[in-house]
Order: sequence, then C-alpha cells, then structure tokens
Amino acid sequence: MTALLEARNISKVYTAGSFGKKTSNTALDRMSLLIDEENPSVTVVAGESGSGKTTLAHLLLGVIEPTAGQLLYRGKDMSEMNADEHRVFRREVQAIFQDPFEAYNPFHKVDRVLIKPLRNFGIGGSDRERRQIIAEALEAVGLHPEDTLGRYPHQLSGGQRQRIMVARAMALKPRIIIADEPVSMVDASLRATILESLLRLNKELGISLVYITHDLTTAYQVGDNILVLYRGDVTELGDVDKVIKDPKHPYTHLLVDSIPIANPSHRWGKVGDVLATDDENDIVSDGCKFVGRCVHAMPICSTQRVPTYRTDAHRGVACYLYQESPAMKPEDLPHMMSEVALHNRSNQNGE
Amino acid sequence: MKDEILRVKDLRVYYHTPEGPVKAVDGASFAVKEGERFGLVGESGSGKSTAAFAILRLTKPPAFIHGGEVHLGDADLLKLSEADINRMRFSRISLIPQGAMNSLNPVMRIKGQLGDVISTHDKSMGKSAIANRIGDLLEMVGLRRTVANMYPHELSGGMKQRVCIAMAIALQPQVIIADEPTSALDVVTQRQVMETLANVQEMLGASIILVGHDMGLMAQFVDTIGVMYAGRMVEIGSVEQLFSDPQHPYTQMLISSLPSLEIKGKFHGIPGITPSLRRLPPGCNFHPRCPYIMDHCKTDQPELVENVAGRWTACHLVTADGAHELTAQTAPALQTSD
Repeated sequence: MTALLEARNISKVYTAGSFGKKTSNTALDRMSLLIDEENPSVTVVAGESGSGKTTLAHLLLGVIEPTAGQLLYRGKDMSEMNADEHRVFRREVQAIFQDPFEAYNPFHKVDRVLIKPLRNFGIGGSDRERRQIIAEALEAVGLHPEDTLGRYPHQLSGGQRQRIMVARAMALKPRIIIADEPVSMVDASLRATILESLLRLNKELGISLVYITHDLTTAYQVGDNILVLYRGDVTELGDVDKVIKDPKHPYTHLLVDSIPIANPSHRWGKVGDVLATDDENDIVSDGCKFVGRCVHAMPICSTQRVPTYRTDAHRGVACYLYQESPAMKPEDLPHMMSEVALHNRSNQNGE
Repeated sequence: MKDEILRVKDLRVYYHTPEGPVKAVDGASFAVKEGERFGLVGESGSGKSTAAFAILRLTKPPAFIHGGEVHLGDADLLKLSEADINRMRFSRISLIPQGAMNSLNPVMRIKGQLGDVISTHDKSMGKSAIANRIGDLLEMVGLRRTVANMYPHELSGGMKQRVCIAMAIALQPQVIIADEPTSALDVVTQRQVMETLANVQEMLGASIILVGHDMGLMAQFVDTIGVMYAGRMVEIGSVEQLFSDPQHPYTQMLISSLPSLEIKGKFHGIPGITPSLRRLPPGCNFHPRCPYIMDHCKTDQPELVENVAGRWTACHLVTADGAHELTAQTAPALQTSD
C-alpha cells in the first residue's frame, strides 16, 4: 500500500471577530484519511450542513490549509511542495463541485473550460489532438460532442453542464477526483447517469473518488467505505454496506432512519422528542457533539473526546456505547478504510 | 368515499415570449379529496410549481393563466374578483412557498408576521386574542411560545420552516399547497418538518398538495401522486399503485432511476434530456425518450384517461377500456435493457 493522498489528524478552525470578541468554530476536528495509490477506491464523506464536509473537500484540494495536522500528497507535505510538485498535484487531483453553473464563465463557450486545462498541463500535442481527447471524454459521460461543443453554458441543461465537468476532470487523467455534492442540483432522472459515469472512471480508469454528500442512498450506491461527519467529528466509519445497513452510532442511526426511501410501504416512524431539538448551543467542548440530541446519552459522553472503537473488522464507531470493543489509534483508521476498499474489490473481482 | 375539495380542470399557464407563448402548463387536470395528501411531482421545467401558483392565482407576468378551472368548494378561483381571491388565500387555501424560510421579513418579530396574517383576515380579534392564537399556532408546529418574540435570524432553518407552516395554517385553510417545503433542509430536519406538516394537517383535517421532485419524499408522505412531464400531467394514481405498477413509461423510468438501499451498483438513468418548452416535439412530449415509441406517438398527443378506477394515464399504450398493453407486453423489455 502506497499513500497517494493522506490526511493526518487534520483540523480546521475558523476564527471570527477581533480583539475581545473573538469566536472560533472548529469545522473539522482531528480527522485522518488515506487514498491508496494501488487500490483505487470510492470514499464517501457523508454529513449534513455544518458537518465540515465541504471544509474537508477544500482542504484535500489544497484550497485552504489545515490549522493543525498534516496533508500529504505522494508523501510530501502539501504546504512544502515546490512549484513542479504543486503542478502535478493540481493535475492529478481534480474537483467537481455542487453547482454546475457557477463553474462556467457565461461569456465563453463550454469548449474553453474543456481545452484550457489540457493546454495548461500540456496534454495532447496540438489542439486537434486535444479536441480528440475532449470528444472521447464527452462520449464517455454520455454526451454527443457535436451537440455539446460550440455552445454557451446557458444553452445546456444542468445535467449536461455537470457531465461536462466530469468529462473535464476525466480528460486530465487525474488520480483522484473530489466530488462535492455532484448530483444534488441535478434532476432525479439524470442523477443516475452522472453517478454511473463517475463510477466508471473509478472502475475502468482506476481513478479514486472522494464522494462528498448528504445523500446516504447515493452514498450506498457508489461507495466502498464511508466516513460519517457530525459537526466536524467522525462519528462512524468503515464499510459502506455495514454502516448504512446496520448503523451503530446513534447519529448514523438517525440519519439512516430519516432517508426518504422511495417505497410507500416503508414509511418513517415518529421522530423522538429528544432528537427534535433544534438548539445549536448545546455543544460541549470536548465530548461527543451529538450528546444533546442522543437518546443514549451518558455522563461520560460530555467529559472527554470519544475514542473510535472497532466494533468489527471493517468499522469504527466513536461512541461510548461500544467501549467494550478495542479503541483504535488515529493512525489505524485510514488503514482500516483501505482494507475495506481492498476487500470490496477482491470480492467484486471474485464474483 | 370522501368528497373532492379541489378540482383543477384543463389548467393552462403560458409564458409570453417574443417567439410566441411557451406552454409551461398545458392542460393539467386533477382533483384532491378532503383530507388527502396529493403529490404533484416532476422535474425542473415540468410545470409543477407554475401549476401550484396558478391554483392560487399568484401567477405573475410574463406568465399568464390562459384557461382552465380551479374549483374550491363552489367557487372557481380563476373567475373570482381580486378582492374575493384575496379573502380566499390563507383562509381557504394557503401556500408554503419554496424556500419559505427566506420569505420571512428579517426585521420583524415572528409574532408581527403571524399577527399580520390573522388581523388582515379577521379584524374583530383583539390584541391579546391574537397573541394567544400566535402562541397556540407555534405550539401546533412544535415550537416554544417564546419563539413569537424572536427574529428570523435567531431561528434555525427547520424552525423558520415551521414558522411558515404556522403561518399557512393560521386561518385553518381547507387546502395547503406546499411547494418543495424541505428542499433546503437536512434529512433529519426534513423528516421533522414533514412530521409537523402531517400533524397540523390531521388537526385541521385539511388537504395538502405537496409539490416536489423528490420521489422518496412523495413515497413517504402522500396518498396520491400526479406526475407531470414538460407541462402535461402524464399519470395520476395512488402512491402504492404508482410505485408498484407505474403505467406511463416516464413514470416507470423515473421510478427505476431512483437509487435504492436494496440493489447496489445498478443505475438506470433516463436517456435523452427533458425537452425545451420552446421547442416541444409534436405528438407525445415524451416520445423522443420513450423506449416503446410507436408511429402515432409522433403525431397524436395522448389524452389523460382513467383506464382503471382512480388511475389516470396519458399514453397511447394504455387504452381507455382498461387494457394495459404496456405491463403485459413490454415490461420485460425494461428489465433487460441495461
């Protein structure tokens, strides 16, 4: 196993105000993640608004720097990369964002957003060759190049625009794609098509995906492993099948229970009163951040940071309900995740 | 059998453009029974929100109501005078708009905003009676009475949305139209807001029209679904029927495109794209994407017909005498097509 992209105990704290009225907000708290070079995987980061999932995306893309901890790409600390290494990173780690309209300059045809990065990174010898690469990438995501090129962004639908973003990322032959809510603004009938093309990049081209979402159903569909975030903390992580089919952390449980399943004979039960609280000021500084909404809250929960307990081979849960299971060291977590991905792949190949 | 409370007949809403009218809603018909939860579902551009706004006569230029009838009780809402329709809004039929939480006035306390709705329609109520009523309304939607003294920025998204529900039910309407009421909320909050909506609906015995694109939410909440595609109603049926035995090819493909927690790694997107309303295809609007296309689909627009009691479908494959060629002959093709 060789680490391609690695986050070691990274935190991001935002501070606001000045002088006496400074407030700080921990968007992400001591989290670790590892993308293995040899075994391309799909890692899902799931959470609601305020969970820190977009902060994580920005950190992994090098757009913002962690307040504490280390981010490494190909073993090199990202804050110490030289220009050449940074260039490699910029090409090999691509992003797809939520809003497929904001990524475009409305004054330019979509061709520009596709060809410029290729020119930047010197991919393809001539523009003719580059056009060929673009055409292939567009076809790979289910678009007809002749219907797509030469148009302005407003002439295309949201689904088409988002697929062009997937094609753009793909044409650069990256090693990792970080996709932050890539389908949340796309109509239901097109979601499947976009997710399918993303998944194909992973399966056929060996590109690792970090899929950031609030939608556990699509998370289940595309992911190998999952990290569930709640207010900057990882509450549960491991094999996506285990975490979603049999959630252990009370928060994951609530999340999975609240999925609007498209089946009228499996309707939601009632949400408990305890969980219905909307108070956002009940966070204790060091303990579990979910304690104010948790039906199983115990005195110990508010006192100290909850270790991650390994409840089974491919899952860790940061909850004192499972304190009989062995506690994991932070550095063990990413390795367990890679094992899950590897295990899933060998299962699939064996089928 | 409950009575129909709201009947929409052949509703047409067009947009004026330099190239001629664009038919955003092109002859939609459906009925909502007393106490029923009706889901109006469709993708962006299907005309679902335009139709919902037209029911309340809130259509604004360049859109205009070209024709149709909207019967609420004895009244045709489309024929009422401006003053009469104003009296109907909130008191007989109310709206929870999309992103309703952003519709609250940021510099006005919650009690002022709720109080406005009440006092505009009932001038006889005294100050303390209104304050009391506001407190009751907030409790009905699961908020503390003290929320009345707060400003919108002091509330979370879910709380603001519940304030909007309180506003919509302040005058005990018979019909509540909720246009994507939870589209900006997290899943847990969404569930709580929908539960609140269900609770107040039961208390009032009102009917709800839930407008949205999320089939999962529809499955969780509504009794009956009307599916719209490119301005037309393509299928209406009970939520159970529609999910277990969809008749229109669009509904079938829409439902099979939904990711589930049961089968993994199978994606069935709908090929092609939603047609632009400016350049609708001749015949059935769905024919360019339809796997079962026949010759007359390209020329004749199918009518919405009731082929089984309570089930309406606008498709040439579904004939009026109840025979349903689609499920009998062509359904296997759908499963083997991937």
